[in-house]
Amino acid sequence: MPLSDIWFILIGVLFTGFIFLEGFDFGVGMSTKFLARNDLEKRVVMNTIGPVWDANEVWLITAGGAMFAAFPHWYATAFSGFYLPFVVLLLAFIIRGVAFEFRNKVDSKAWVKTWDWAVFIGSILPPFLFGVFFTSLIRGLPIDGDMNMYASFTDFVNVYTVIGGVTFVLLSYLHGLLFIGLKTVDELRERANTAARKVYALTGVFLVLFIIFTYLDTDAFTDHGAILIPLYSLAVILYGLLFFFLKTKREGLSFTMTGLVLIIVMANFFIALFPNVMISSMDPAFNMSIAEAASGEYSLKIMTIVAFTMVPIVLAYTIWSYYVFRKRLTGDKEHLEY
Amino acid sequence: MEEVLLARIQFASTTLFHFIFVPLSIGLALIIAIMQTMYVVKKDEIYLKMTKFWSVFFLINFAIGVVTGIIQEFQFGMNWSAYSRFVGDIFGAPLAVEALLAFFLESTFIGIWIFGWNKLPKKLHLACIWLVSIGTVMSAFWILAANSFMQNPTGYVLQNGRAEMNDVVAVLTNEKLWVAFPHTIFGSFATGAFFVVGVSAWYLIKKRKVDFFKKSLTISLVVGMLSGLGIAFTGHAQAQYLMHAQPMKMAAAEALWEDSGDPAAWTLFAKIDVENRETTKRIDIPYMLSYLTYSEFKGKVSGMNALEQQMIDKHGEGEYLPPVKTTFWSFRIMVVTGGTLLGLGAMGLFLLFRKKIVESVWFLRLLIVGIFLPFIGNSFGWIMSEMGRQPWVVNGLMKTADGISPNVSAGQILFSLISFSTIYTILGIIMVVLFVKFIQRGPEEQPEEDVSATDPFETGGAGHAIK
Repeated sequence: MPLSDIWFILIGVLFTGFIFLEGFDFGVGMSTKFLARNDLEKRVVMNTIGPVWDANEVWLITAGGAMFAAFPHWYATAFSGFYLPFVVLLLAFIIRGVAFEFRNKVDSKAWVKTWDWAVFIGSILPPFLFGVFFTSLIRGLPIDGDMNMYASFTDFVNVYTVIGGVTFVLLSYLHGLLFIGLKTVDELRERANTAARKVYALTGVFLVLFIIFTYLDTDAFTDHGAILIPLYSLAVILYGLLFFFLKTKREGLSFTMTGLVLIIVMANFFIALFPNVMISSMDPAFNMSIAEAASGEYSLKIMTIVAFTMVPIVLAYTIWSYYVFRKRLTGDKEHLEY
Repeated sequence: MEEVLLARIQFASTTLFHFIFVPLSIGLALIIAIMQTMYVVKKDEIYLKMTKFWSVFFLINFAIGVVTGIIQEFQFGMNWSAYSRFVGDIFGAPLAVEALLAFFLESTFIGIWIFGWNKLPKKLHLACIWLVSIGTVMSAFWILAANSFMQNPTGYVLQNGRAEMNDVVAVLTNEKLWVAFPHTIFGSFATGAFFVVGVSAWYLIKKRKVDFFKKSLTISLVVGMLSGLGIAFTGHAQAQYLMHAQPMKMAAAEALWEDSGDPAAWTLFAKIDVENRETTKRIDIPYMLSYLTYSEFKGKVSGMNALEQQMIDKHGEGEYLPPVKTTFWSFRIMVVTGGTLLGLGAMGLFLLFRKKIVESVWFLRLLIVGIFLPFIGNSFGWIMSEMGRQPWVVNGLMKTADGISPNVSAGQILFSLISFSTIYTILGIIMVVLFVKFIQRGPEEQPEEDVSATDPFETGGAGHAIK
């Protein structure tokens, strides 16, 4: 396998890791509005991700850096092409990131309320924008022969991308609720699990719509049906199983199911793109292939060595960090950092 | 080409803003790690309280540093796509490594450190803050490895219409990297140190918590003085590097149009007339420039006129002068702030040694002003470094104007520029307000006041982990 293919997969893995991990962070952020009823509950909810959200975000930074290094053309075309959506994304990340730290620093209702909104907006916008980003990537974008993308509003916002965005938001919310269910006790835990059962159906509807429109609006199934059909069947089966796990209150398994569904949805994008990194809606000849977009062999070789040394180490201490904070949060009985 | 101008303004403003927080984070991480080490070694409660008090500022600052850093990674691709295509192969690699090696380390362990006070054994918890500190330093190394390629391209070959890496050792042994990295790191340590020094001085003037802040002052003054010496030596190394690798930047920093005499004098200040290409009313220190650039009291320095002719011969007709006044004055501001810090550090240690510092109110007042000096020095050092490289984005290989995204309009850049400036202004104000608030509140009324009553390591959860 050429090194550029390995890096395509690695970037897929990094983005998937980001969506899996930051997915529940986003869901937890949304829960501060939808689930928590008072200040203490909000704080408990935020503290469930307190030790980990920052590191989870690094998966995105690393994915972006890896794109820059391994596929300069992909990075350049996509990041300049998605200019305005990315500005909004960055603003959302900024207010969310400081909100956790700022929130309890001033004893004023207005202050706390402001940062609560920042957490909420900063948690609901990014999954939506990532849904739009990935769906429009496989739908095709107006990329010309010079690899420059000149997208108009409807390239970003259309039925398929909006369904993609909403699906990401709902899946993240569900994923986050189940995470809260795993990390809290008593009433909050109960309420999180109940809320998860409530959004189950709606999320399911959007997941199915998403699959249908992926079939209708992209070439994914024509080109990669042999892999995507079994993969999506698996997603539907897992999502069906989730219904029973929710009903029987198998919290760990439920969380695993939403995680796996998110992973499959993300895998779908990279499978659909292969062997391209960008699909041109102007002319298939302008599609940017993995090989065209990639850096030289030497650079990829160096980075492969670094990545295959570092990723296991990063994974090891990441897992350890989750192990350190494995206990449920009891709220009023302990010190809350946020 | 208003796109170029807007994109440059955006890059400059977001980077300068980001670079207010980064050095302070790097410096405070080290100082907090030292304080916590003293707590673990000496088992004295006061060092624990110091760790906790100063970490309030560190964490607020760190959060802003993180969020303003995300933009940095995105905007290469967003505003400078032609540049990204040209250098991604060799410039992207250090950025990716930075994320893998440094960002994961610092963000994971800072999470464990903040939330792990009651959950980890003492020494393991201490190791976490050291890993954060190491992470911040490594992060600086890799970002400077990338920047050094822009200043002094090494380890590449031009093919496929871009610069491709062909020698990773040359990239990592880039001379620019090894003068810029220590210089930046010492500057960062000084930033953290003089922040702690200045705030401690304020408390000592007020006679609040004298023991607490005298201890803080001692630790940070030692760090500050050592960093000041480091800044001076590495600054000297920078000048020697500039002389042979980026002579145009050196000539602009001296506003030298014609070649200097031998030995060359260093200009303290002067009147620069860029239009007529002349510098008048120089106040010179003889021999100094020769010493700065060659470490001896002889040798001449080339002027901009001759250097520009060389560039025209090599790259064809065009403008090759960096903004002379900006480069010249930035250099002087940087040197003056660095020198002043060194003086403050030496004087402070002297008074401390003579046990007179608490009474020397006039000097303590100076130390409060000293808080701002490293920030000024850092910013102008950065301005000199980046402006002095103009009109190149990659020295000698690609001009800044050729690097922008052809598909992004001036209106879009203006939108992002206004958005980021607005939110950055708000963040800046909040930071100042929070800092003032927590400084005034003092260590006695920190949220974690319970630490004074009980050692967190002796209570509850972690009890089993320590003997």
